[in-house]
Amino acid sequence: MRDQPKPVLRARGIDKFFAGAIALDKVDLTLYPGEVHALLGENGAGKSTLIKSLTGAYHRDGGTIELDGTEINPRGPVESQKHGIGTVYQEVNLLENMSVSDNLFLGWQPVKRGMLDHRQMHRRTREILKGYGLDIDPTQLLSSYSIAIQQVVAIARAVELSGKVLILDEPTASLDREEIELVFSVVRNLTARGMAVVFITHFLDQVFEISDRATVLRNGCVVGTRKLSDVSQGDIVELMLGHHLEATKRKASHASPGDTILSLKGYGKRGMIAPFDLELRKGEVVGLAGLLGSGRTETCKVIFGVVSADHGRAELRGQPIRLNSPRIALEKRFGLCPEDRKTDGIVGDLSVRENIILSLQARQGWTRPLKRSRINQIVDEYVKALDIRLASPNMPIRLLSGGNQQKALLARWLATEPDILILDEPTRGIDVGAHAEIISLIERLREQGMALIVASSEMEELVAYSSRVLVLRDRRQVRELGGEEITTERIVKSISQGESAA
Amino acid sequence: MIGATFRRVLPQLIILCVVLLLNFAVFPGFFHIEFQNGRLFGNLIDVLNRGAPVALLSIGMTLVIATKGIDLSVGAVMAIAGAVAASVVTGGGGWFTALIAALLAGLAAGLWNGVLVAFFRVQPIVATLVLMVAGRGVAQLITEGKIMTFLNEGLIHLGAGTILGIPTPIVIWLAMGTLVTLVVRRTALGMLIEAIGINETASRLAGINSRVLLVTVYLVSGFVAALAGVIVAADIKGADANNAGLWMELDAILAVVIGGNSLLGGRFSIVASLLGALIIQSVNSVILLSGMPPEFNLVIKALIIIVILVIQSPTVKHRLYLLRAKASSTVSDAPDVAPKAQLAKETRS
Ligand SMILES: Nc1ncnc2c1ncn2[C@@H]1O[C@H](COP(=O)(O)OP(=O)(O)OP(=O)(O)O)[C@@H](O)[C@H]1O
Ligand SMILES: [Mg+2]
Repeated sequence: MRDQPKPVLRARGIDKFFAGAIALDKVDLTLYPGEVHALLGENGAGKSTLIKSLTGAYHRDGGTIELDGTEINPRGPVESQKHGIGTVYQEVNLLENMSVSDNLFLGWQPVKRGMLDHRQMHRRTREILKGYGLDIDPTQLLSSYSIAIQQVVAIARAVELSGKVLILDEPTASLDREEIELVFSVVRNLTARGMAVVFITHFLDQVFEISDRATVLRNGCVVGTRKLSDVSQGDIVELMLGHHLEATKRKASHASPGDTILSLKGYGKRGMIAPFDLELRKGEVVGLAGLLGSGRTETCKVIFGVVSADHGRAELRGQPIRLNSPRIALEKRFGLCPEDRKTDGIVGDLSVRENIILSLQARQGWTRPLKRSRINQIVDEYVKALDIRLASPNMPIRLLSGGNQQKALLARWLATEPDILILDEPTRGIDVGAHAEIISLIERLREQGMALIVASSEMEELVAYSSRVLVLRDRRQVRELGGEEITTERIVKSISQGESAA
Repeated sequence: MIGATFRRVLPQLIILCVVLLLNFAVFPGFFHIEFQNGRLFGNLIDVLNRGAPVALLSIGMTLVIATKGIDLSVGAVMAIAGAVAASVVTGGGGWFTALIAALLAGLAAGLWNGVLVAFFRVQPIVATLVLMVAGRGVAQLITEGKIMTFLNEGLIHLGAGTILGIPTPIVIWLAMGTLVTLVVRRTALGMLIEAIGINETASRLAGINSRVLLVTVYLVSGFVAALAGVIVAADIKGADANNAGLWMELDAILAVVIGGNSLLGGRFSIVASLLGALIIQSVNSVILLSGMPPEFNLVIKALIIIVILVIQSPTVKHRLYLLRAKASSTVSDAPDVAPKAQLAKETRS
């Protein structure tokens, strides 16, 4: 250990302008060997933009980057990889119709006598992924695996390609505790070898668990760099938001819910979710808890008719109905905000405005276009209510920051004024401030008499807003918790024990 | 809205002007138009008139391509429609009956394609290839293998007549173009079509009825192809099952591409595709007027089109953009990451 280690990477005065917005304003970032450096800030603060400007994915408008004391100017992700900077971007960009090992080795495949050495590729893939606790078939298409596995493959690829710096933009957003542990142990290994790791996340617990220092961005400016051993979570939140934030607690009064609106009996789909019963009443929030792959998303999908059930009966306000397409569900005033926002949610090239009114328009039918004034009113209302940060509602939604895309999707469904709203991971990628706001939004909607089903991997969140919690395991509903039973400990216990339904 | 449309089609307008000036350079009388015997005459009028079939096809093709599809069958559908119209009038039917029968045949073809794509999930290129090949056979069955000629005045009028001095085909494609543009843009149809072209899964989850929309775009494509088929048959006063509309699907696709519409689906502009069709016809005209030996026609056409496409390519656009950005200092919203065909799609008509 030297007293004054030389920085491995030093970025100074990074500027990035977009039409109508300054995304980065003279941002400095210094990384020392062996440190995990957290990059924090609200949705749209400029974290992802900074990463892309460093790796050359974006052409930066100003500033210098030094790697080991010499100036570098990567013109794209490939060039920055050659310099030893490996990156996992927020929107994981893998080739879904190629195999796992192709994805892992694309661009640096092992070659034998001028030919691709598939054998070795598959063997190495197995070895590498074993280090992440994954035992999957490397010859299978990557798209046949869950987002979590895709995420891990992307991380593994970046780790293999990085020699000096590893950048991870919200790598843990769709991972479970176990996988997060594995990623963290890999990260610790790398830093022990003297690499620097940049870690972007909205989970402050994880920041304090793994990071040494943190740089906080607000509106494209650095508002401070702190040693994490010197500060508390509250300090960091205040730095990010510019104000203090109350901790969210479970509301004591879950006023007795109203009439049953939806009743499902023996409802299920073979291979996806075992038959389950559900009575959903107006003015209640049913939480869905469980590990990855436990059937949370499948439950949401089967209720919304994304896949039609092959078992059981459904009744809406006492009338039997068949829910076998999202269009029908939309007509019956259901809404589903999906888990995977990039493939199932946003329509990237359409504007934010069009994305917000898309479902409302779909329900009205194409012959009855919404009036311009009505559209503007709806869009303005939700942009303000959900604090969606954008340069203009006419910009393509794919240009919004990840968290803001999520809010726009929420706006799309709120605009349809549903009776039953299903939210699958509504706070994924959402910053701490907005997180608290969405929780209170869910509470407000419940008080107004909406019926909600919310799937989440964050126990604290479920505890905060659920009237009841259904615990899932191995694609089966195993337990229902209500009232006093709704505590983080109880949920965790039910998930791991999988006690049978009471 | 008008301003946005104008900006969207500006490149096509410029290219069209350049090609028209080329025409003028090889043949100084190009822009001369006169009014004789109650009809407009002139090379420019010829371009508008001869361009009618491809212009009509490009209207439907634009919508199909916007959904990430493609319709290879339009040439064959033209042949079928021409054959149907011809057999109705030779069988003693009136021109109007013939027109309606031909249009119904076009709609039936569109329905077939649409159902294969939307319900049976056959890839559009494969689904429409079936009809591209089989369609000509159907047309030959109708004409019994020979060129079926006719003398029905009313039907011939659709290809060779005039309305208020303007050749009928010009009136027809302008009317269809305006009608379809208005329908897709004044209703929500255009946006919903773009949505399924960009991300069908997300659109379906948002509650959009993607199947009905897919069938609709193939129906439109079949309908305009039938119109084009009737015009071509009327023009030569006969239905030629072997040659009517031959390879015209390729010109239609080219018109859409020259119109700056991405083959990957999404944002589209019918006006730009129509300009694309006129550009193709103007290129044909240059070659004709320059008196070059016909062997060169296809090669020269290919060269001119390659130049047009290169000028429009995202890479070149990005370069131009960077040049401009440098000139006007900093502010930049260029698609820095992999300059896909996105730039062209930011605005729409
Ligand atoms: N190509 C672009 N054109 C215009 N604006 C853009 C573009 N890309 C990003 N922006 C804007 O720049 C700002 C910063 O976005 P960025 O993605 O860096 O945020 P972030 O800090 O990563 O947020 P999140 O936590 O939600 O991922 C956002 O307001 C976004 O809308
Ligand atoms: Mg981001």
